[in-house]
Amino acid sequence: METTVTDLVLILASTVRLSVPLIFTALAGLYAERSGVFDIGLEGKMLFSAFAAASMAAVVAQSPTFGPYAAWLGLAAAIATSILLSLLHGYASITQRGNQIISGVAINFIASGLTIQLGNAWFGQGGRTPQLPNSARFTELTLPFADALRPVPIIGPIYANLISGHNILVYIAFLAVPFTWWVLYRTRFGLRLRAVGENPGAVDTAGISVTWLRYRALICGGILGGFAGTYLSIAQSASFIREMSAGKGFIALAALVFAKWRPVPVLFTCLLFGFLDAVAIRLQGTSIPGIGEVPVQFIQALPYVLTVILLAGFIGHATPPKAGGVPYVKER
Amino acid sequence: MKRMFIGAAVAAFIAAGPALAADIKPALVYGTGGKFDKSFNEAGYNGAEKFKAETGIDYRDFEPQDDTQGEQAIRKFASGGFSPIVALSFAWTDAVEKVSKEFPDTKFVLVDSVVDAPNVRSVVFKEDEGSYLVGLLAAMKSGSKTVGFVGGMDIPLIRKFGCGYAQGAKAGGATKIIQNMTGTTGAAWNDPVRGGELAKSQIDQGADVVYAAAGATGLGVLQTTVDNGKLGIGVDSNQNPLHPGKILTSMVKRVDVAVYNAYSDAKNDKWTSGTQALGLKESGVDWAYDDNNKPLISDDMKAAVEKAKADIIAGTVQVHDYMSDEKCPVE
Repeated sequence: METTVTDLVLILASTVRLSVPLIFTALAGLYAERSGVFDIGLEGKMLFSAFAAASMAAVVAQSPTFGPYAAWLGLAAAIATSILLSLLHGYASITQRGNQIISGVAINFIASGLTIQLGNAWFGQGGRTPQLPNSARFTELTLPFADALRPVPIIGPIYANLISGHNILVYIAFLAVPFTWWVLYRTRFGLRLRAVGENPGAVDTAGISVTWLRYRALICGGILGGFAGTYLSIAQSASFIREMSAGKGFIALAALVFAKWRPVPVLFTCLLFGFLDAVAIRLQGTSIPGIGEVPVQFIQALPYVLTVILLAGFIGHATPPKAGGVPYVKER
Repeated sequence: MKRMFIGAAVAAFIAAGPALAADIKPALVYGTGGKFDKSFNEAGYNGAEKFKAETGIDYRDFEPQDDTQGEQAIRKFASGGFSPIVALSFAWTDAVEKVSKEFPDTKFVLVDSVVDAPNVRSVVFKEDEGSYLVGLLAAMKSGSKTVGFVGGMDIPLIRKFGCGYAQGAKAGGATKIIQNMTGTTGAAWNDPVRGGELAKSQIDQGADVVYAAAGATGLGVLQTTVDNGKLGIGVDSNQNPLHPGKILTSMVKRVDVAVYNAYSDAKNDKWTSGTQALGLKESGVDWAYDDNNKPLISDDMKAAVEKAKADIIAGTVQVHDYMSDEKCPVE
């Protein structure tokens, strides 16, 4: 009994760690897509901001003045980079009315190539950034009383391992969900944001700039994309490694569709995807009663198979924002 | 910067051309991990630099950015009259096979894989022997007698590492050996996050020493292991300095020796083709012992590992090679 609880808690803790980049990225996509701009460049933003965070932290880590703030400066650099990429996407697809998918794909290619190139030129380690000391990373926080409560049955391990013992970005990710909900459904900006994704003509008639509104939505997405990248490179790891985003941006995009572009379901779909990944890692090489040892390949394919089944069979019809993917042209 | 370097190399080459006409023109093509990867490729670079320092013969090198550039680079060097050309990665197996047929007078050296051709020398390492030694150390150091192994891509070569490690760990008294692979595609070499999660999962299951044989993914494995207050084991190059005092040891592959020997054999007219398997006996693999891990290795451990090494060299201890029959006697 006790070990089952501990095992479950450990899998759930791993779920939380693996879901965080998905949550940030899916929320970033949510802002953009609810405003009517499809954002397939999420993967590229995550990758490039991971690189920016690790590079900045590596450069300032040894400086006596900025060293103590290296992780936060890394986060700032990541956010700035991600916003710049968002603005690039905005310029191509809002101002120039280009194809949003092509612009997003271009961002993915730029990020994939340029991070390795710049990393090689600056640090000469095959596209990697130098290993960071713990002082320049977001390390795990232990919440008060975690150790004191640990022996308490059931509640102890849940508090000590699941709620406590994560880095600060994890808590920010979970706070970002209700915050996004509040912005989207309880503020004037959110109302307009949702409206511009459904019917930009009506928003324009009301005297609100569609262009500026969409740019602001992309900037919001950029900020969240920066958090996702920072989490990958300087919280979960200690350096940037080429292509380290490993398709998480696309998984987040799937989670966003899965959640029908709503913030609270986004949280749960990201947790589900994270859970499947965590189970795949945990089940590797262990034998399941009645079946025996399951091949690695099968376990690793499981999240994708389940995703396809769930997407095809259980979520029903996902309706994207009506004006999504269509550049707005003011009628003259 | 890189362009300057190539420019300088070309200039030096042109200037020195006639004088060196009788000498060899060595070239080196790295794997996609890059020249300064703190691991496999950097070891190859060090070997080439050593040869350059001793003989004054310069070499040309190239860092392919992706899997398609290797063949182009090898062919370009071959058509430019370079020989011997060292290709540092099993990923260039097909490339070497193809290009070596097109240039029968050029000497090729393939590291980590085998191509059977009259002008190719294939250098492979007995990673199972080196892994046996670090497995023995891991088991002796482990308090829980549970040790972990995180591999990169699930291929026979990496299973060979894991199998040697498991045999060593068993010999050292480990009761539980947890083995995981990161993935089944090339992305498994560059996924530190997944590697870290695998290490964390092994630590949660009781492992207190984790061996990473997973390229750049291994950096994530070592980081997580160290973050959780456990000990890691590095691979290929001596990775002890990455986290001084937290890495038990490293399984060192002397890629530098392979590169150095290839060049100096060609220079001294002693070059041979065929397959060379470098094990403990040939100093092709070893365990790393330096100031960083000295406090972690007790006298007993040192004595035991040196004895195991001598036994393997003498042949009294046989380490089973996974690649010979795709089976491992130890789970």
